[in-house]
Amino acid sequence: MLDGLLTSLDGILLGTLPYVVMALCLIGTIHRYRSQAFTYSSLSSQFLENRHHFWGSVPFHYGILTLTAGHLVGFAIPRSVLAWNAVPVRLYVIEVAAFVAGLLTLVGLVNIVVRRLTDSKSRIVTSGIDWAVYLLLLSQTVTGLGTAMFYGWGSSWFASSASPYLWSLVTLQPDVSYVTALPWFVKLHVIGAWLLIGLFPFSRLVHILVVPNPYLWRKWQMVRWYWDRRTIRRAE
Amino acid sequence: MDVRSQISMVFHLDKCIGCHTCSIACKNIWTDRKGTEYMWWNNVETKPGTGYPTRWEDQEEYRGGWEVRGGKLRLRANGKAKIITNIFHNPSMPSMDDYYEPWTYEYSELIHAPEGPDQPTARPISMVTGEYIDIEAGPNWDDDLSGSPVYAENDPNLAALTPEQREQLFAIERLVFFYFPRICNHCLNPSCVASCPSGALYKRGEDGIVLLDQTRCRAWRACVSACPYKKTYFNWQTGKSEKCILCFPRLETGQAPACFHSCVGRIRYLGVLLYDASRIEEVATRPDEDLVEAHRSLVLDPFDPEVIAAARANGLHDSTIEAAQQSPVYKFVKVWKIALPPHLEFRTLPMLFYVPPLLPVMSSAETGKVANVSDGLFHVADESRMPIAYLARLLGAGNEGLVRYALRKQLAVRSFRRAATVGDVEKSAAERMLAEAGSSPEEADAIYRLTSLATFDDRFVIPPAHREEAIEMMKDPLQHKQEVGFGLSVAPRRGL
Repeated sequence: MLDGLLTSLDGILLGTLPYVVMALCLIGTIHRYRSQAFTYSSLSSQFLENRHHFWGSVPFHYGILTLTAGHLVGFAIPRSVLAWNAVPVRLYVIEVAAFVAGLLTLVGLVNIVVRRLTDSKSRIVTSGIDWAVYLLLLSQTVTGLGTAMFYGWGSSWFASSASPYLWSLVTLQPDVSYVTALPWFVKLHVIGAWLLIGLFPFSRLVHILVVPNPYLWRKWQMVRWYWDRRTIRRAE
Repeated sequence: MDVRSQISMVFHLDKCIGCHTCSIACKNIWTDRKGTEYMWWNNVETKPGTGYPTRWEDQEEYRGGWEVRGGKLRLRANGKAKIITNIFHNPSMPSMDDYYEPWTYEYSELIHAPEGPDQPTARPISMVTGEYIDIEAGPNWDDDLSGSPVYAENDPNLAALTPEQREQLFAIERLVFFYFPRICNHCLNPSCVASCPSGALYKRGEDGIVLLDQTRCRAWRACVSACPYKKTYFNWQTGKSEKCILCFPRLETGQAPACFHSCVGRIRYLGVLLYDASRIEEVATRPDEDLVEAHRSLVLDPFDPEVIAAARANGLHDSTIEAAQQSPVYKFVKVWKIALPPHLEFRTLPMLFYVPPLLPVMSSAETGKVANVSDGLFHVADESRMPIAYLARLLGAGNEGLVRYALRKQLAVRSFRRAATVGDVEKSAAERMLAEAGSSPEEADAIYRLTSLATFDDRFVIPPAHREEAIEMMKDPLQHKQEVGFGLSVAPRRGL
């Protein structure tokens, strides 16, 4: 009976929840951009507190960017990752790099949370949804680091479990059996990730979508004209 | 030749009485909202002094403006790659402590305090956190505090002076200061625009006003440190930067900006300058000592038929060209050459010019007592209690000759008027003075009229903005009849 309950729970949290949060994320983000473009901001609080900010924001962002990139690579090209990991030295390099990135993220996150708790000005601009995001991110970092420590060589078994699981979701043939056998600790990490995606459109996380890549290619100066000057004057 | 028009400004520092009416006019209209309490798009500083935010002129710390490296113009904040890597934490960004923490008082305590042996007091509370605070700085905290070791001595411009000059400047009874009103300079080569990773900042093509698109700002904060004048501000409530908009809604309806309109000393002038946009980069890379004159050479003669033809070809309206011909700014900057741009060495090519102050007025304190020296010719300018080196650092990119020229001409005009009205200066002496200052009785009369007698219409020559044409291109006004305008209809609110 309990087994049956757990199985159906797995089905809901690992098979149904992903689609719900994905739909929420997609529709929510687009709707928010169309109706409330003004709210797309990183909402930086550096202006209010300038020193502690460095030790939170910088390690966190570099850490989380590395980890996210790693997860995406594992998802997109699992075969190549396995081939890379076939040589032990290369496996150690990738595992250590990922662990260091995880530690960076953790240090950054702890600093962010401590700063926002102790500095009164930063606390004022921290909303409930911010705390929810920090809590989830903290849990993700801890479960991620724990997985790396206790269930080693994740960069390899990611290719045989998480990657096919994710692909099964993408191809609309959800198969949770790839991940149901994983320890609950790891499952917590997976479910936390879905929850974060669900929170995405309702939080400051949307600033990820507006990272300024065109800046590197555009000209220094921007001039906006309200009309094509030459044609409108010529028409007179 | 790429002729464009620019709404430009002149502030006559000798006429500024430091009353802050301009600041209050601006504050009441634009920055009385939550998150903007600490902002002063218009502020008036005492010089020598540290200014607002503290030591804003120190680009070693804030890294604002441009620098020339290897013959090329680069943002001092280190170009595009660096701005991207600094996006998580901007190392040269000022924090609220560099401005001040806004506060109010707990006034309700005055009414609701329980009966007791003491008078109830209204303690200061922070407008950010709502908690009690000890006030450590505020708007114009060092107002009139020239000579103070805590404030004025930290003025970055004093680096231009010798130790003797510094000592003289701060000697008791010889102290001197002047007021320095500041707004956004609406630069021709704005570093705030160049630094914005989102492309939210832009220069308006028609009149050169630099604006910040609130819906595109993502709070990357690069503009705050990149503006060497610290005239972009971060709204901590909405998470968007904001800046002086030169009251464009007023300009578009033919009214002078609020700070100009309200100026009690009538120190402010506003008008159109035509300039050659194709030469901006070349001018901005000149060596420091040539900068002011190169900047001046960007401004084109609006009476020159060639310029008029090029302006028309570029789509400038005849009314704009006419306004450029009547522009008081053109006279101050280009014809009389007595208005100078602030800190041109930051290379943003500011379009706000200052007439340097003639302090102290016609007197020197050489022998320990103040003596009238109006019988002398020009030594007043050179022995002025305010060293020319200081003014040159502030307004001449270090070029003392240009500041001296502006001061001498003003002195000559003064003597000329004194000969005419008081009569204690020989007319021939006054005319000789004018000649030596590179001026003439006709020019002196014109300067006198525009500085002393000018009416509203003389001081503010605002070209029609022709916004109706621009709007008709996009919308049919008849469809919106009886509505209250059209355009943005979403109120700004802080993101989640």
